[in-house]
Amino acid sequence: MRQVAIYGKGGIGKSTTTQNLNAGLASMGKHIMIVGCDPKADSTRLILGGLAQTSVLDTLREEGEDIELDLVLKEGYGGIRCVESGGPEPGVGCAGRGIITSISLLERLGAYTEDLDYVFYDVLGDVVCGGFAMPIREGKAQEIYIVCSGEMMALYAANNISKGIRKYANTGGVRLGGLICNSRNVDGEADLVSAVAKELGTQMIHFVPRDNMVQRAEINKKTVIEFAPECTQADEYRTLAKKIDGNDMFVIPKPLTQDRLEEILMEHGILDA
Amino acid sequence: MDVKTEILGKYNAKVFKSRRDHILQVEAGEDGKVQEIAANTRAIPGIMTNRGCCYAGCKGVVVGPIRDAVTITHGPIGCGFYSWGTRRNKARAGEDGKNFIQYCFSTDMQESDIVFGGDKKLRQAIKEAVDIFHPKAIFICSTCPVGLIGDDIHAVAAEAEKTYGILCQAFSCEGYKGVSQSGGHHIANNGLMKRVIGSSDQAPAGKHSLNLLGEYNIGGDGWEVERLLAAIGYEVVSVFTGNGSVADIARSHKADLNLVQCHRSINYVAEMMKAAYGTSWLKVNFIGIESVCQSLRDIAAFFDDPEIARRTEEVIAAELADVAPEMERLKERLSGKTAALFVGGSRSHHYQFLLRDLGVTTVLAGYEFAHRDDYEGREVIPDIKEDADSKNIETLEIVQDPKRYRVFLSPERYEELRRTMELERYSGMIRDMPDGSYVVDDLNHFETEMFAKALKPDIFFSGIKDKYVLQKGGTLSRQLHSYDYSGPYAGFRGAVIFGRDLVMGCYAPAWSMVIPPWKAAPSSNQQPPDEKGRNEGTAGGPSDA
Repeated sequence: MRQVAIYGKGGIGKSTTTQNLNAGLASMGKHIMIVGCDPKADSTRLILGGLAQTSVLDTLREEGEDIELDLVLKEGYGGIRCVESGGPEPGVGCAGRGIITSISLLERLGAYTEDLDYVFYDVLGDVVCGGFAMPIREGKAQEIYIVCSGEMMALYAANNISKGIRKYANTGGVRLGGLICNSRNVDGEADLVSAVAKELGTQMIHFVPRDNMVQRAEINKKTVIEFAPECTQADEYRTLAKKIDGNDMFVIPKPLTQDRLEEILMEHGILDA
Repeated sequence: MDVKTEILGKYNAKVFKSRRDHILQVEAGEDGKVQEIAANTRAIPGIMTNRGCCYAGCKGVVVGPIRDAVTITHGPIGCGFYSWGTRRNKARAGEDGKNFIQYCFSTDMQESDIVFGGDKKLRQAIKEAVDIFHPKAIFICSTCPVGLIGDDIHAVAAEAEKTYGILCQAFSCEGYKGVSQSGGHHIANNGLMKRVIGSSDQAPAGKHSLNLLGEYNIGGDGWEVERLLAAIGYEVVSVFTGNGSVADIARSHKADLNLVQCHRSINYVAEMMKAAYGTSWLKVNFIGIESVCQSLRDIAAFFDDPEIARRTEEVIAAELADVAPEMERLKERLSGKTAALFVGGSRSHHYQFLLRDLGVTTVLAGYEFAHRDDYEGREVIPDIKEDADSKNIETLEIVQDPKRYRVFLSPERYEELRRTMELERYSGMIRDMPDGSYVVDDLNHFETEMFAKALKPDIFFSGIKDKYVLQKGGTLSRQLHSYDYSGPYAGFRGAVIFGRDLVMGCYAPAWSMVIPPWKAAPSSNQQPPDEKGRNEGTAGGPSDA
């Protein structure tokens, strides 16, 4: 079982990329579980065809400790098992603690079955506190992909997340598998993201071009692979799935200093000197 | 080698450097100059400190004893449970029939409350408390996790105040704030000043009125003091906060004088009331016969009324006549004994006077959470360096209340009295300690054992955390936070009770007769088990005697 966590700057397209990637892996015959680690609970919407999921934490709150797995685990496209951790409304409680609680509960309920090839954790935004690092701590996700673009703030976030990975790499054995560039049509984007990836000691595992087909599929509550399996964008996600399935480059990232990161951005013409 | 050198010698360089300035041996300085001591700094990791937390200071000490309010501990159940009743601050219901201090109110936060926020549960707890108990006020004291997840307890309090029409005040006294309980006292003082004091203008009925600040009625101390003050003819408007009530504290600004017993925990209120309402404060000590007499005479001098002066002397004479023979007998039995005291922030000072009355010499005294002014006197306050920990606690900007500000003493009389009594000043503990005795701030378990061995005090006054360590080491120990199960110790009658407890302990030296098993059968004599797993010859253990 490969446990994979997807991180990246808020709004960069983590959930969309993860679900399309998972649909690709499912079409290769892989058994997958997605654990959404975002209080918004929208990490499995495209796989389930809508927000049909009761979250683990909501269930915990309503039902007390006495929860059955089938209350919180739903199967969607390609047999992908979907779980939403859920969490508090914005501004109250502790979402990080929620993720810890939720993952521990899933383990106790026996959600991690032998037949699974992949468990994916779709984690919100940055690693702001211990709770959001839960998926990369001991015994959880062993590999991480960071979704980014050629935009400056996305790369800042990627570098920052790399710092979190490095911290847990020494204790928990987690490794960075690569950057996934979810293109925003920035000039020289692929070169820039590749350069940053190289500097971090990793790779840009795939460049996902921008395509309106993604939006169209989303409006229909579907992944591109399900909505338009013949289109070129579906091929892109299938390629990404193949690359990740065959990936053997797992590194402890070497986060860049602020100065060095800005230097690279300047070299690639994002920042004017 | 003296004991200080011996103790410090066991520490590594970093700890040595930190602890060095917290331990001193008293020497009479030139021109009455007091030695400087380090205090109110962070405890050192790995060292077994006796300190509590900010929540303990706010809820446990200052807010908790107010009898007609329901004080809700917002947090997991442990903080509420372990702060329930342990302080022995007694209270009786007043005419309103309200006394809730024997209850423990907690929101009992669970994991899902941490994740989703505990405000709903807090709202529910307030509703239940109001429905069932009809308290005069609701106080909310927050514990550590509430600070971490950021429950907006102040918004909940404001909303509840509107809904139920009673005072509802929240205290952000999460345990991790500050270096000890001390921060919690300050937060509680601020809350009382902001919301309670001055919220009612009901004037005192009597001619001379006062408040008793920093008296928590442990074992009934406050009642004993109130009895004396009433006998002289004073009206005690409010007590902060032993057997205290919201209704009384609300009108405490109408009193003429604030008496300050525990300086550390309540000096903020005394100073803020001085600034806002002009109320003078007087440092008193109702522990020890001589001290009580002095304090009563100081109060009489403040009011400068011949009738009060006469009554004061009458009461003193009558009380002395009552207790003098017994005190004499007790002193005979206790003379020549030595004591060590390690208590919170004022008792270590106060009890030295009572011990002196009984012929007992203090060889060591220290405070858990005091600041330098409690050791050296308030004049050092401007020199105390503020650090990140003390800045973390809010200091209120107090403005003079234009309508209610009034000054009791003329400027001349004020200056005159300041010279003869501790009027708005406090000289600290060190000045009253004998040469050669030790003062130790934030005494820890290792140092306690070392000092007990080196100084061999007949009695070591301390708290629950080290009492049994001391007693099992053969040294008599009594809790001076809670008085074990005894009290009151304040006033004239209290002095006798204290003396009797002391005689009982000293003349029943049970602890020094107990021989611990490891002294009877050293474990080093044990042999490794033989091949059959039997351990021969050590059952019961050969003695090295």
